[in-house]
Amino acid sequence: MYRYDNYDHQMLADRIAQFRDQTSRFLRGDLAPAEFLPLRLQNGLYVQRLAPMLRIAIPYGMLSSKQLRKLAYIADHFDKGYGHFTTRQNIQFNWPAIADVPDILAHLAEVEMHAIQTSGNCIRNTTTDQFAGAAANEIEDSRPWCEIIRQWSTFHPEFAFLPRKFKIAVCGTQDDQAATQVHDIGLFIVRNEEGELGFRVLAGGGLGRTPVIGKEIRTFLPWQHLLSYLDAILRVYNREGRRDNKYKARIKILVKETGIEKFQQKVEKEWLALKDGPLTLTEAEFQRCKAFFKDPEYLPLEAFSPELEHALNTDVLFAAWHTQNVNAHKKPGYSIVTLCLKATGIAPGDITSEQMRFVADLADRYSFGELRVTHEQNLVLADVARKDLYALWRALKSQDLHSPNLGLLTDIVCCPGGDFCSLANAKSIPIAESIQRRFADTERQRKIGKLSVNISGCMNACGHHHVGNIGILGVDKKGEEYYQVSLGGSAENVTALGDIVGPSFAQEDIPDVMEKLIGVFEQHREQQERFVDTYRRIGMEPFKEALYGKAD
Amino acid sequence: MARLIKDRVIADDQWELIREPIDADALRALSGRNVILPLSSWLELHEAQPSHQGLLGVWLKNTELPESITPWLPRIPLIALDFPVFTDGRAYSSARELRQNLGFEGELRAIGDVLCDQLFYMSRCGFNAFAMRADQDLEAAVRRFDDFKDAYQASVLNPEPLFRRRSCANG
Ligand code: SF4
Repeated sequence: MYRYDNYDHQMLADRIAQFRDQTSRFLRGDLAPAEFLPLRLQNGLYVQRLAPMLRIAIPYGMLSSKQLRKLAYIADHFDKGYGHFTTRQNIQFNWPAIADVPDILAHLAEVEMHAIQTSGNCIRNTTTDQFAGAAANEIEDSRPWCEIIRQWSTFHPEFAFLPRKFKIAVCGTQDDQAATQVHDIGLFIVRNEEGELGFRVLAGGGLGRTPVIGKEIRTFLPWQHLLSYLDAILRVYNREGRRDNKYKARIKILVKETGIEKFQQKVEKEWLALKDGPLTLTEAEFQRCKAFFKDPEYLPLEAFSPELEHALNTDVLFAAWHTQNVNAHKKPGYSIVTLCLKATGIAPGDITSEQMRFVADLADRYSFGELRVTHEQNLVLADVARKDLYALWRALKSQDLHSPNLGLLTDIVCCPGGDFCSLANAKSIPIAESIQRRFADTERQRKIGKLSVNISGCMNACGHHHVGNIGILGVDKKGEEYYQVSLGGSAENVTALGDIVGPSFAQEDIPDVMEKLIGVFEQHREQQERFVDTYRRIGMEPFKEALYGKAD
Repeated sequence: MARLIKDRVIADDQWELIREPIDADALRALSGRNVILPLSSWLELHEAQPSHQGLLGVWLKNTELPESITPWLPRIPLIALDFPVFTDGRAYSSARELRQNLGFEGELRAIGDVLCDQLFYMSRCGFNAFAMRADQDLEAAVRRFDDFKDAYQASVLNPEPLFRRRSCANG
């Protein structure tokens, strides 16, 4: 994991002192609310429906056990004993007092954490694949690049007042797990024919009101030019992105209105002025960052573990969890384990301070003291010896963290919605719960197979409903909370945006709607086809018919 | 005389900012004074007025690109960039472009909604003069330049990004 040096620590200390001063000026009345607003947002502080909300950055999802224990401490001392992992690999606390925030930030700084640029019209936390560095199918570890981007984007003086927020994702694996194509900039690590490392660059993707899949603006960018190229894209956006209408302010609208070719020319022009200057990355810097992410001290293990084999043959519940929640690792004898934070009755992504400490201990015991947060709001232990899997599972079971539903229907991605968020049209957490209750039978879930359900409480799409195989969006229908359903979305390699089925449904109808959709799927499914593949094959009509009856 | 911050100290403003376009007659009436003209007036008048006693500067709206004055840059003593509201960040890009790409070396002044909490970023983008909004406390504002001891990025103040200096330090 990246470790801070004196420079990083000093910058964080300076930032906290600055924000402490700004907060006290605001509380004294010397700083107008409208002027404090962007300052607090860029320190992660929102004011929400019930209380302020503090969003803490978990850079590209990497978290140490020590950091997780600190988050537990903050949950206990400044919040109500729990936190909420978001779809951007961050964590939110929903109940801190404004006056406490500088102190919370000081606590975070002790463990090299912060809330910088987790909100506001600036460059946000860079996200990546949660299996980076451990995945069996990796091209190149994305984390050194994420760290390089983190440093470049932190307090970037030119881009703190962009037209709108700006999100970058990096993908270094063959199967994209970072929804890279629906980010303002998506970077795919690739090698050219000469075997040199670089990036395929997409721009103008995004969800929200107008979901768009990013378009390629460069097939191969040699890695040395990453930062100058990012500077160039951002400069074109900062200068030309729309500022007259907040809903048209994202880069995707600029790219669309300018046309991809013209946009690309503008970027190239800016880039030529910056290229080969001091921003050119050096081999030394790449190696420096890479060294932070070198492999942990893996033991030389056999790929086959008799203990594991025995447990798999004797404990069906464990075997079910193993099939679903354990992924292939690049090292023989190791596995990647996902803890699904989707137990029924708990808001997706929520975790108590007790669970945080418990998981931190497990990370120390079984996974070299490190964890990752996923954009599906789950936690990952990325380096677990296969012989320890059974013991780990039993430990998880004692804290109800063993849901064997990773990637299944009840592994629902869901935003905080109307229960917490002041922008919401409708609640989202109770919808997730009603679906989880209806499909509680894990055997049935397993039969249904891989299926992503994403719920957002409004058009801002924090629950990424556009890329859910089944997407559910809260809408306001004459003051009532209704839900619009879409089908066929996917955030995988073949990224697709869902199609809306038709008129929206009342809250209590959603479980039946789901039942009908699954019914159509089961009726048409060929062999072990996934829901999304069946949908792609048979199209919308049969689903529509099941929901609304036959069209005349 | 109005006060401003220039090169990190509080100073008298030696310039007069003309917000609305003016014609040759109006400029003649200002002879003897240093004036900052809107781009349209400046383009029209700066060469036609060799008799103007005093200096001529130009200010750009945040929709007006620095390229429009590139040919004359070496001879312009002052360029001001306007912040109609502090949350509109376009002038940050123009400032960097003027300093880093076009090599402008004269006074680069922030005008409009210029607040103390943005001075650090502005100075790193190349502004060296700040005509602060009237309600800002200049004494307090001057201290804001030192909010941070260092930064990751290359900037006009320090063209070497931290990663270049760091790797030197590490040998
Ligand atoms: S999608 Fe809407 S309701 Fe949900 S968290 Fe985002 S802004 Fe709030």
